Amino acid sequence: MGLFSRGFRGRRRTTDVPADRVPPGQYLVDDYPVLSAGPTPHTPLDAWDFTVGGEVSQPKRWTWQEMLALPQETVSQDIHCVTHWSKLDTHWTGVSLDTFLAQVEFTAPYMTAYSDGGYTTNLPIADIQGGKAWLVHTYEGAPLPPEHGGPARMIVPHLYFWKSAKWIRGIRLTSDDSPGFWEVRGYHIYGDPWKEQRYEGD
Amino acid sequence: MEGTTVRGGLGWRQSTLVDTIVETPRVKSLVLDVPNSLAHRAGQHVDVRLTAEDGYQAARSYSIASPPEERRLVLTIERLDDGEVSPYLVDELRVGDPLELRGPIGGYFVWESSMSGPLLLIAGGSGIVPLRAIIRHRIATNSDAPVRLVYSVRTPDDVIYRQEMDRLATSATGIEVIYTFTRVAPGGWAGYQRRIDAALLAEVCWPPESKPTAFICGPTPLVETAANILSTLGYQPTSIKTERFGPTGGP
Repeated sequence: MGLFSRGFRGRRRTTDVPADRVPPGQYLVDDYPVLSAGPTPHTPLDAWDFTVGGEVSQPKRWTWQEMLALPQETVSQDIHCVTHWSKLDTHWTGVSLDTFLAQVEFTAPYMTAYSDGGYTTNLPIADIQGGKAWLVHTYEGAPLPPEHGGPARMIVPHLYFWKSAKWIRGIRLTSDDSPGFWEVRGYHIYGDPWKEQRYEGD
Repeated sequence: MEGTTVRGGLGWRQSTLVDTIVETPRVKSLVLDVPNSLAHRAGQHVDVRLTAEDGYQAARSYSIASPPEERRLVLTIERLDDGEVSPYLVDELRVGDPLELRGPIGGYFVWESSMSGPLLLIAGGSGIVPLRAIIRHRIATNSDAPVRLVYSVRTPDDVIYRQEMDRLATSATGIEVIYTFTRVAPGGWAGYQRRIDAALLAEVCWPPESKPTAFICGPTPLVETAANILSTLGYQPTSIKTERFGPTGGP
């Protein structure tokens, strides 16, 4: 370090935000920026399903109605985007990934989430177990807008938000950690915001 | 089109501001001397970091406006009135000052001369910045890919790179520039004077059969609108690359 930006003070937070809620290199936003690499898919609900497949004893598939019939949780979470913004106290309703995983047998240690439009992202299974990840369809009490991943996306709030695949249609369990869409394009394989794992090599 | 951007880590590096160009009342280009080339590709961005004397830091991402062929790295910054970093970069940073950056970042919103097919570039406001890098790269590599740029701006005073765009529009370079002015048009303007919509894009876009690639950059509503329209017109989703800027207003 040792390089200062002459005259830069920065805009310090005026509200009391616990330091342990904002990872290094992040700033808080009140709005909700949209970042996507391509056009927003629009999948009708009667054509939507969610599949847990790959290296499992028997792949399992849920329709939209079947997904809604599973136990629903509403959670409040802080989210952190690799482009440096964080948003606190966001509210989501959906189904814990634990609920889906409980209905398949597997030993695979990794997974790839895949989405309408071709997006993929990879995660260790352990990061979507134990109440750490949800398939959500409701944001702040209203249906999740398409540009934010509706009808349903995954959220894995403890990792950078590109891991929270929009427009999700399933997860594929795998023996190996296979890099997804952004992970093959220079972004970090794991993406822990508290360790600033933004890019490959961080 | 595919490819990795980063190998072996991206450290912060110190560049030096060597020149500035006032593009519009709100927009300035920073011309930076960067030791060792970033070896970026047209369309990529960098992270910029400011450090206060007490160690407080703020970082933001900015698109690169220059093509890889140019020795100096150019960032074109729009001052956001409630921003933390952009007012400093536009109003305070002086020639000779150091600026920390890391990159290049982003490996999808990228055009390379090896990619075939015509280019449809759609910009809203400062969304022109990475598209300028693509246009200059297209010229520098002597690519014959036909280019149509659709550039939506509020008023004539908001046109970034005005002289360059007008020069491109009037020379026979295979690059067409189509403006649409959404609030105030120049006197006697006979062209588009509205936000980008389906009728406008249907008139100006390359037919999907010509295997075009579309790059859309700007505020989220413009990008959502344009990408949805191109999908409806028959563009393959993988041929539509988007980059979204700025506040969204919702949900």
